[in-house]
Amino acid sequence: MLACLISGNEAIARGAYEAGVTVATGYPGTPSTEILESLSRHKDEVYCEWSPNEKVAFEVAAAASLANARSIVTMKHVGLNVAADPLMTLSYLGVEGGFVACVADDPGMHSSQNEQDTRHYARLAKVPLFEPSDSQEARDLMLLAMEISEEYRTLTILRSTTRVSHSRSLVDLGERKPAGRKIGFVKNPPRYVPIPVWGRVMRRDVEERMGKLVRAAETSSANRMEWRDRSLGIITSSIAYQYVREVWPEASVLKLGFSYPFPDSLLLEFASQVDSVLVVEELDPILEEHVRSLGISCRGGDVVPKVGELSPDRLLAARMRMEGRKPAMDAGLKALPPRPAVLCPGCPHRGIFYVLGRMDVVVTGDIGCYSLGAFKPLDRMDTILCMGAGVSMAQGLEKAGDPRKVVGIVGDSTFFHSGITGLLDIAYNRGESTILVLDNRTTAMTGHQENPGTGRTLMGEVVEPISIEAIGRACGIDRVRTIDPYDLEAVSVAVREEVEAFAPSLIVARAPCPLKEGRRLGAIRVVDEDACKGCRICIGLACPAIEWLGESARINPFLCMGCGLCQGICPAGAIAPQEADS
Amino acid sequence: MSLEDVQSVVLVGVGGQGILLASEVLAQAAVLSGHRVKTNEVHGMAQRGGSVVAQIRWGPEVYSPLVAYGTARVLGALEQIEALRYAHYLDPNGLAVVSTQAIMPMTVSTGEAIYPKDVPGLLRRSFSRLIYLDAAQAALDLGEIRAANMVVLGAVSTGLDIAIEDWRKAIATSVKERFVEINLRAFEAGRSFS
Repeated sequence: MLACLISGNEAIARGAYEAGVTVATGYPGTPSTEILESLSRHKDEVYCEWSPNEKVAFEVAAAASLANARSIVTMKHVGLNVAADPLMTLSYLGVEGGFVACVADDPGMHSSQNEQDTRHYARLAKVPLFEPSDSQEARDLMLLAMEISEEYRTLTILRSTTRVSHSRSLVDLGERKPAGRKIGFVKNPPRYVPIPVWGRVMRRDVEERMGKLVRAAETSSANRMEWRDRSLGIITSSIAYQYVREVWPEASVLKLGFSYPFPDSLLLEFASQVDSVLVVEELDPILEEHVRSLGISCRGGDVVPKVGELSPDRLLAARMRMEGRKPAMDAGLKALPPRPAVLCPGCPHRGIFYVLGRMDVVVTGDIGCYSLGAFKPLDRMDTILCMGAGVSMAQGLEKAGDPRKVVGIVGDSTFFHSGITGLLDIAYNRGESTILVLDNRTTAMTGHQENPGTGRTLMGEVVEPISIEAIGRACGIDRVRTIDPYDLEAVSVAVREEVEAFAPSLIVARAPCPLKEGRRLGAIRVVDEDACKGCRICIGLACPAIEWLGESARINPFLCMGCGLCQGICPAGAIAPQEADS
Repeated sequence: MSLEDVQSVVLVGVGGQGILLASEVLAQAAVLSGHRVKTNEVHGMAQRGGSVVAQIRWGPEVYSPLVAYGTARVLGALEQIEALRYAHYLDPNGLAVVSTQAIMPMTVSTGEAIYPKDVPGLLRRSFSRLIYLDAAQAALDLGEIRAANMVVLGAVSTGLDIAIEDWRKAIATSVKERFVEINLRAFEAGRSFS
């Protein structure tokens, strides 16, 4: 078969397809999202679902494995925190059909709130870890992870990173091989019910399994020694391997693809055959600390950065530091205006933040496109912690006795993900916060995935959209209302009324994401420069289509989506729809 | 083989300008010309109107998908100050292709930052080989503003050893069928700026 140029995520999906996976679940999260999207192209052969959150996704895929199906679950690094509960105990239960948790880390925090290193979870849960360094390996290691999973009856983790997931390289594809396993759950309580009497037995089995897995890692072809000059030996994994090959082309390398449990005999053998050892790993010094614990002296975090993602340039600087030379190249400080991400022109979230900007409330925020409401000039999101925290933290600020009222913000997909339980808390524990669900009918930030509210599944089925309002009422919230986020007057009235009420409330601001709809909301707006008084009020909307020219505003006609918010707030009446050409 | 045989291109712009499609076309053209290829692109939050960079590398064997500073053979920019932001990726003898488009960053409109004065002068001082073209106007002249990315790519192609047939094939396979014709014309228009 011809080699195809595909991304790491597509290659992970391809590996799962070839491995005969029949159940695949996940929750969208950059940089992992395209794994499941890509696999869903084979939906005739693989059941795929976007689950409401990673914990549910993990449990669905885990149960499929217990029924003897090969399955995968996909998520970003922070998603594994949500799924950590089933992860830790599925390690005890073990699996039947192969089960691979595909987790994508985001070193450098391109699209994430933290930089945690998923390799810790493999060690914590005592499960095997696989780390591809390019798309070919992503495909190959998925197949291997699936085999190891079945052979040792354990779930496995395939850890990718942003630069593996979103880089493309050539992959030799294979054919799909059906797993050939008879589907059906076989009752066996001592195996699947970890009440203490059985759980303690499982606990011992986990340790025994780890011993066998060490030997599997030591003999795996995914871990290889590349012998070149022996004065320096570099131990590395994941994308760092690719950088190492360019920055130290002459050095010998121990390249780990099956990286946990640590292949001790390989580490010792490699170290014994080189004059000095350097460990190059991205993020935490996990491998380095283990190498040292084996009595091997090495360099690592003293020269290789432990914070932020690696790159050929950062490693070149590390090499120069090691060799006592001064790093030569750097990007330099340029006096260029930063260009952070912004809410798109026409975004329905914009008006909500604009209105909140005129109110003395604390706004607890959440994860999604609306996180961009934290930037100036909107500057109207006061906290972000994690998925769902926009709801629960509102309750915490209120119960602490903050003198101001609190408005919690959450998106539609995030509400389904983990906002519901927070809302239940507010209703049950007599909170009075106002929760605003910014419902743009899609999981937008990750590239427009379906969710329980969109009325469509990943399999392409049309289903009844789940009503956020009905969930709110069912949670015990009496004050539930729905507003049009483009109607600033209505937004303002609704938010003020609910904030002033001595009862919890739920406001659903509903309008579809125009980026997904792919069409303008109305006529392009233009500024009459003579009428513009230069008050800059429209700049406060943080619309990328509105540019400030020094004395007046201008609307970029290629960017304007015609939402008309600027026209509504311009006190000089200087903004109007562009007249038709006719 | 030697790493010197690896060629690198960096394409930059603002989220929504079509950098990813241009990167796809270039990568496919490099594959068609018989090379090993690696690319890297930005997804997710960084795409929302932020600064976007795509990196494409090819040769007999390529390891890193990321381009080292000072090694790109061509830098293609769909927005002019983004060219300056990523100028350090370009080999000192490399070719910079920069569209005159100026998309004001939010930080300028809010007054937090200042848009540089005399961008053309800065570009000329930063790049020894510069093609400074109005890709948006060229695309508009063809009737499709969104093809500005192909205009830039056409000019980028003049600094690379990839056969024109491979470019054409790459466009035909990477672009939706009804847009192939306009994209091919935009690409040709870009080539004429060399």
